[in-house]
Amino acid sequence: MSFSFTTDRKKRFKALLQSYPDKRSVALPALHLAQEQEGYLTRETIEALAHMLELAPADLMDTVSFYTMFRTRPTGKYLLQTCSTLACSLNGADQLTDHLQEKLHIKVGETTPDGKFTLLKVECLGSCGTAPVLRINDDYHEKLTLGKVDRILAKLK
Amino acid sequence: MTGYEPILTKHLGQPGSATLAYYLSNEGYKAARSAVRDMDRSQIIQTVKESGLQGRGGAGFPAGVKWSFIPQNSKKPKYLINNADEGEPGTFKDRLLINHNPHQVIEGMIIAAKAIDCHLAFIYIRGEFVKEARVLETALDECYNNKILGKGIFNSKYNLDIIVHRGAGAYICGEETGLIESLEGKRGWPRIKPPFPAIEGYLGCPTVVNNVETLANVPHIIANGGQWFRGIGANPESPGPKLYCVSGHVKKPGVYEGPCGTELTTIIYDWAGGIRDDNKLKAVIPGGSSSPVLKANEIDGLKMDFPSVQAAGSMFGSAGIIVMDETTDMVQACYNLARFYAHESCGQCTPCREGTTWLIKILDRFTKGQGRQEDIDLMLDVTDNIGGLIDLSYGSFGKTICPFGEAVSWPVRAMVEKFRPEFESYLTEKVTG
Repeated sequence: MSFSFTTDRKKRFKALLQSYPDKRSVALPALHLAQEQEGYLTRETIEALAHMLELAPADLMDTVSFYTMFRTRPTGKYLLQTCSTLACSLNGADQLTDHLQEKLHIKVGETTPDGKFTLLKVECLGSCGTAPVLRINDDYHEKLTLGKVDRILAKLK
Repeated sequence: MTGYEPILTKHLGQPGSATLAYYLSNEGYKAARSAVRDMDRSQIIQTVKESGLQGRGGAGFPAGVKWSFIPQNSKKPKYLINNADEGEPGTFKDRLLINHNPHQVIEGMIIAAKAIDCHLAFIYIRGEFVKEARVLETALDECYNNKILGKGIFNSKYNLDIIVHRGAGAYICGEETGLIESLEGKRGWPRIKPPFPAIEGYLGCPTVVNNVETLANVPHIIANGGQWFRGIGANPESPGPKLYCVSGHVKKPGVYEGPCGTELTTIIYDWAGGIRDDNKLKAVIPGGSSSPVLKANEIDGLKMDFPSVQAAGSMFGSAGIIVMDETTDMVQACYNLARFYAHESCGQCTPCREGTTWLIKILDRFTKGQGRQEDIDLMLDVTDNIGGLIDLSYGSFGKTICPFGEAVSWPVRAMVEKFRPEFESYLTEKVTG
């Protein structure tokens, strides 16, 4: 399926092109915008964006492949990312990840069969003072306990 | 710290502290107004040089000196980039500055931009900080609506635009040339220096990259003078207010502001409440995960500033203090950090790409009880091959294009050397059990 921005996002994309001094610099913001719209980046989406930015598709794919936040496969409705780096790990991040695996019956990297949750272990989220931290889609949930995380998940419909 | 009034976090927690109205009613943008209207470039640079302000991202390079490298006569556009790609494990201060007082950071950017004759500046913020990016955009909108940004700011002839640019999850983009590549829409592969960004940075143009906290200091320096700033803290060679991030096994983790040169024990025991459960302290990482670990007996009397921590064999870095109590398994801690660096190695230089993979292979063996006697020395050998021997004089840099090589080698090496018996016990357990 071919990709195009929705009307509102097309406007935002055009504004981006106008505000940056060159087109290629718009690559990251444009990829964010497309991913926000589509949920993940397909080959077709990347090719269409490359065309809009006057880049070779391979160049833009190279960029996409470098960054962990750009996803080339679909995820569940809620993307759960547990921070696993030292400060979180010292404060129970591993137990938190284990708990989520058991509760959701999936392993890290997997999605629940109903497509609701995807679980990922990620590196430092930059919130070490409120460890352990779980990022759900765009939101940080901090100073978590197992009970707290259960209550948060119960509210996600 | 008695007698110290917070400067950078003075308004923390006040209702509306992120709004322009609040900021303006507390002397906000006075310094930027005077810098834009009444000061020329050399005056601003001179004042910041006098202040002794060192980069707060970790390297500690004098900010005023960095600005002075921008060629005065170049016809190319000059760019300022605010590095908000906060990602050094243990560091979480820039996020706080942005959330609670974005205008302080923007004001610092306006002054820095004027100092280097820049008319388009960027805030490169790590991609995960979606909320923080929105806070900044809201603050920028307020500025545009009040002639603080855009054309003819503060009714002068000076124009300045600022763009918030989100990264997408890559630690290496906190390195200034990796950041510039990323801003250009490419993978964040650091560049060989020279040329330094001040000569050829973003789009080949003169560019300054400064950390959020560095820039947040600038309005205060312009308002109060370079000498005032240099008088803050224990050592005039490494002065100023500092945000200390305390995490790990302390009772009250968080960001604490104090003068540079505050004793590490004061920060851990007086401010952060001491060790959780009143356990014994085992080790402290003083300046973000890239700084070599210090054992409990090495921190007594240690002052937190660039020269003092370096003299103690570690780095002040970003002042990301990670505290580990007696229950910490140092082999696991070492494995955790090595895994972080292996994941974040950009893959450009062979010693780093291959070396970090070797390290986690070896550490993985250890934690599974399959470590070999020779593995301990092998790890030390691998760290030498990635980053060179620990020698904090600058001569030892250079096996990789960027300092990431050192950033993984030093902490891993320090953990293995200082806690060698723990690594050895993993071997004995294998033999006996």
